[in-house]
Amino acid sequence: MLVYILRRIIYVIPIVIAVALVCFLLVHITPGDPLVAVLPPDASAELAAQMRAAYGFDRPLPVQFGLWIWQALHGNLGTSIATGRPVLSEVTQAVGNTFILAVTASLIGFFFGVFFGLIAGYFRNTWVDKLATSIAVAGVSVPHYWLGMVLVIVFSVWLNWLPAVGMGSGGWSWDWAHMRHLILPAVTMSVIPMGIVTRTVRALTGDILSQDFVEALRSKGLKETQVFRHVVKNAAPTAVAVMGLQLGYLLGGSILIETVFSWPGTGFLLNSAIFQRDLPLLQGTILVLALFFVFLNLVVDIAQASIDPRIKRS
Amino acid sequence: MNAPLVDIRDLTIRFTGERTVYAVNGVSLSLGEGEVLGLLGESGSGKSVTMRALMRLLPKKRTVISGSVSVAGQDVLAMDDATLSAFRGRTVSMIFQEPALALDPVYTIGQQIAESVKRHEGASDAAARARALEMLELVRIPSAKRRLDAYPHEMSGGMRQRAMIALALACKPKILLADEPTTALDATVQIQILLLLRELQREMGMSVIFVTHDIGVAIEICDKVAVMYAGQIVETGTLGEIVRTPQHPYPQGLLASTVHGARRGARLQTIPGTPPSLDAAPAACSFAPRCAHAQQRCTERLPPDVVLAPGRTVRCVLAEDSVAVS
Repeated sequence: MLVYILRRIIYVIPIVIAVALVCFLLVHITPGDPLVAVLPPDASAELAAQMRAAYGFDRPLPVQFGLWIWQALHGNLGTSIATGRPVLSEVTQAVGNTFILAVTASLIGFFFGVFFGLIAGYFRNTWVDKLATSIAVAGVSVPHYWLGMVLVIVFSVWLNWLPAVGMGSGGWSWDWAHMRHLILPAVTMSVIPMGIVTRTVRALTGDILSQDFVEALRSKGLKETQVFRHVVKNAAPTAVAVMGLQLGYLLGGSILIETVFSWPGTGFLLNSAIFQRDLPLLQGTILVLALFFVFLNLVVDIAQASIDPRIKRS
Repeated sequence: MNAPLVDIRDLTIRFTGERTVYAVNGVSLSLGEGEVLGLLGESGSGKSVTMRALMRLLPKKRTVISGSVSVAGQDVLAMDDATLSAFRGRTVSMIFQEPALALDPVYTIGQQIAESVKRHEGASDAAARARALEMLELVRIPSAKRRLDAYPHEMSGGMRQRAMIALALACKPKILLADEPTTALDATVQIQILLLLRELQREMGMSVIFVTHDIGVAIEICDKVAVMYAGQIVETGTLGEIVRTPQHPYPQGLLASTVHGARRGARLQTIPGTPPSLDAAPAACSFAPRCAHAQQRCTERLPPDVVLAPGRTVRCVLAEDSVAVS
């Protein structure tokens, strides 16, 4: 197991280098001058050149990339052009906020997804299955920014139970005053992973139930609840893998949801970085998110291997 | 004579759905304690279905079962779910054709055996594990202690089938159902498994129903044989009777088509034609279209089930004639 984990970690290194390169190029290939946002429209050419030199935009691309990587390795992702604050602290803060939202949404989505998926798969082609499947399809199909707005109208405007925007005053803490702000965006965000997990687990359950060993389990006299436990354990590795990827997507921050609910996460940050042509911030955010994805895949692989004994060998 | 351990009367099984399949059509069987019955027939002749009916393993919704199945004095078809699950694995258990698929891939062998012991005997974890080890030693798995914590994919085919046997016998069932347990194995491993089964059967005094399409396998292990064709039993008798003096044209044809006792250099005989479709309940002899001795009456009505001697029956008009003559 240890060897397996080490090998997976070594595989990650080339991926990380490639990811950094792609992030950098992607941002630099796109047209638009980053200084437009900070310079007044009537600024002199001299001033513009001075600024360009100050941010290092006048150097050749490979040099810029080298410098950027070098700085990044030392934990310095540059300074945001728009706010003048270090990119790293901006990103860390946003990642923290998105993390709170994404993990909550994933837990909700995973829990309900597995639940609906299992009962739908187990009671295949009955009304229970049809109900669960309809919920799943609806979850994947409904545009979530629209769902977010509907929830806001119902729970914030009409019922006045929950706040519509922001994440509460002061820093985040897990108390009711702050968690009230979390409920609506988390529920909105959980709907897609819930749908996807439901469909996956449903198909998986049907597949497992049709395998010979289920008949063998019944033939040795297990009760249906015990058979069901075997089904769950067989379904778990795949369900975890699917959820891991979904968590990855969610951690990328949903620009739409974070905008609807004004949740100051990475999606929100990316959105503003793009509109303000804030290159260092954009690059930094994308890099951090991409690395997150790589890391998450690693964690999922390891988790899967520890649940399913067959994976280690191959 | 005591009531037999297994008594199947007039069992008829129909699968409904998009098209109806008449899988088993009026099968009657009985099995005494300590007997080994071979259920012989080609694919689709209803042997596995008959066996699954003994444990009611067939999908409830799509199956229509009639007739009676009694095992150890209990009416299997009338059992409720709780009784049924307590009965499975305890009174009757089953081993399967493909052990790689019949064991749960994400549980260790030890866990799977122990689970069964805990279910039926309420044993503690430690006691169940001890029993699992004992069973693995009984089926002669080398370094059994280490194998307890092995997953099915870490073992060879023969080893897996041994583990499957250990699992099936863990609660000392009265009856073991073996569904082609050697078909998926290498020939050399096959004979080892057969010998092991035979030995365990004698040691534990259990009854075995052994489903196979391989007469060679049946010869190694069975006392009695029932030959199935198109969902019906066409002939029953002791192993010697069926192998030496088969009465029904179908087993006659089967035996003529094997290398056992065939003359070197001579061509093996084959049975012409293919098995009938099972879309309708049989109204005449199912084998008649392929039979060299077929007469007009064979296609007009169902052939009689002729009793030649106790435990020796033949479903054929020819046998009826021979009985009438003698």
